[in-house]
Amino acid sequence: MSIIKVNNLSVGYEGKAVATGLNFTVDEGDYLCIIGENGAGKSTLMKTLLHLIKPIEGNLEYMDGLMPYEIGYLPQHTLVQKDFPASVEEIVLSGLLSKSGLRPFYTKNEKEIAARAMNKMDITHLKKKCYRNLSGGQKQRVLLARALCATSKLLVLDEPTTGLDPKVTEEFYKLISDLNSEGLTVIMVSHDMPSAIKYSNKILLVNQTQKFFGKTLDYIDSDARKEFDGDLETVKKVERSVNKEND
Amino acid sequence: MISTLMYYLSFPFVRYAIVVGVLIALCSSLLGVTLVLKRYSFIGDGLSHVAFGAMAVASVLKLADINVLILPVTVISAILLLRTGQNTKVKGDAAIAMLSVSSLAIGYLLMNVFATSANVAGDVCTTLFGSTSILTLDMSEVVMCIVLSIVVILTFIVFYNKIFAVTFDENFAKATGTKTDAYNLLIAVLIAIIIVIGMNLVGSLLISALIIFPALSAMRIINNFKGVVIASAIMSVICALVGMIVSILFSTPVGATIVAADLVLYLITVIIGRKN
Repeated sequence: MSIIKVNNLSVGYEGKAVATGLNFTVDEGDYLCIIGENGAGKSTLMKTLLHLIKPIEGNLEYMDGLMPYEIGYLPQHTLVQKDFPASVEEIVLSGLLSKSGLRPFYTKNEKEIAARAMNKMDITHLKKKCYRNLSGGQKQRVLLARALCATSKLLVLDEPTTGLDPKVTEEFYKLISDLNSEGLTVIMVSHDMPSAIKYSNKILLVNQTQKFFGKTLDYIDSDARKEFDGDLETVKKVERSVNKEND
Repeated sequence: MISTLMYYLSFPFVRYAIVVGVLIALCSSLLGVTLVLKRYSFIGDGLSHVAFGAMAVASVLKLADINVLILPVTVISAILLLRTGQNTKVKGDAAIAMLSVSSLAIGYLLMNVFATSANVAGDVCTTLFGSTSILTLDMSEVVMCIVLSIVVILTFIVFYNKIFAVTFDENFAKATGTKTDAYNLLIAVLIAIIIVIGMNLVGSLLISALIIFPALSAMRIINNFKGVVIASAIMSVICALVGMIVSILFSTPVGATIVAADLVLYLITVIIGRKN
């Protein structure tokens, strides 16, 4: 069953489109990876999906009564959070905010939801620790626990493994994959191609326009992939030669 | 020394001053954490200059109750400044710098051209740095100060969780359905109110010190948000009390003395923070 339907969508800032002609659907239980080069419009598309910015043109439909407060979101780290004095528990609880409406305090029931989320992410022992002193992998688990407090349906992740070491990255993908097999729909913006192909069941390739949308298995043999991988190779070659010059 | 203090405390206006001072210190510290963390410290500074300009206009117009003008002008400026913060064309800090120096210049210009008393320099100095004026508050000012402080404190407690979420991660809050724009507006309005009532105590140049110093001190030594808020409230009240008592005993300017006490406490927390 589809939960998101996107029809001829253009996304961008202040009337200027960054990516146009987007057409895709997200079904319940999907693991969709949005891939593309830097500046291709992936993050802009994601922000539009999260209602953070308005679409420039076209239709974005949430079906099956998916409300904004039922979306969990794992953003990239911001500058503010670098020296933010907050305990893990306080941050995880803030995921329940939209459910609490105008009530000024969290109920016992809500605190239990937060405790369960922390348990699931294996961070209960860090509960009283300060967020700014955690490692990169631990921080991601905290933010994931917060997202799980906000949702049981749809999880949106923005390049979640940036800055994590390979071992922690692998663990993190495993965690997301487990959540997905428990029924949570996942949309991930990613630049990590091998992992995108390994874990997702659908791929959306964006490069100013939509270059590919469909099953991951079909993507592997598609022309779109050959072209995109070719581009990536060129980028890498340029980077290598620049690095050599610098050396 | 104690007997001198007791002698001063027997006057009702000194007791008013201390009650008002403690309340102002308490509510100015509450939003300090949010301001510092959201990189809004300069908004507090800019707004206090706007309040200075508004005060100059009010005194030129010979308004009976100057807060009738200062409060709305400062609140509106707070809202405008927050909006420019999100606008990419005029950078937030440049807009604030522009607004604050203009209000300062126009305020001084007006006070000088339409001088209401012989001692213009003294008047300007008083509005900028606060003065003994805290001791000359009349009953209506004391009541206004108490009412506004209670409004600020209650609003902060009721919206505490929202303010936390909007400060920590605005995008997440917005994406999960929290009306972040409304809460940013609320924060701006609260800051404006705090600045207007705080000006009575320390003057417009020093009020941002009253807002950010306790928060910075608390953040050095405490590792969770609630703890930081409570600690900065306590530190702020202690510094205000110490500052006021010292200023009464040694007849130093009250605003500057309180800010100096805040600075000393900050340096102490820096040392404690290093050790941990």
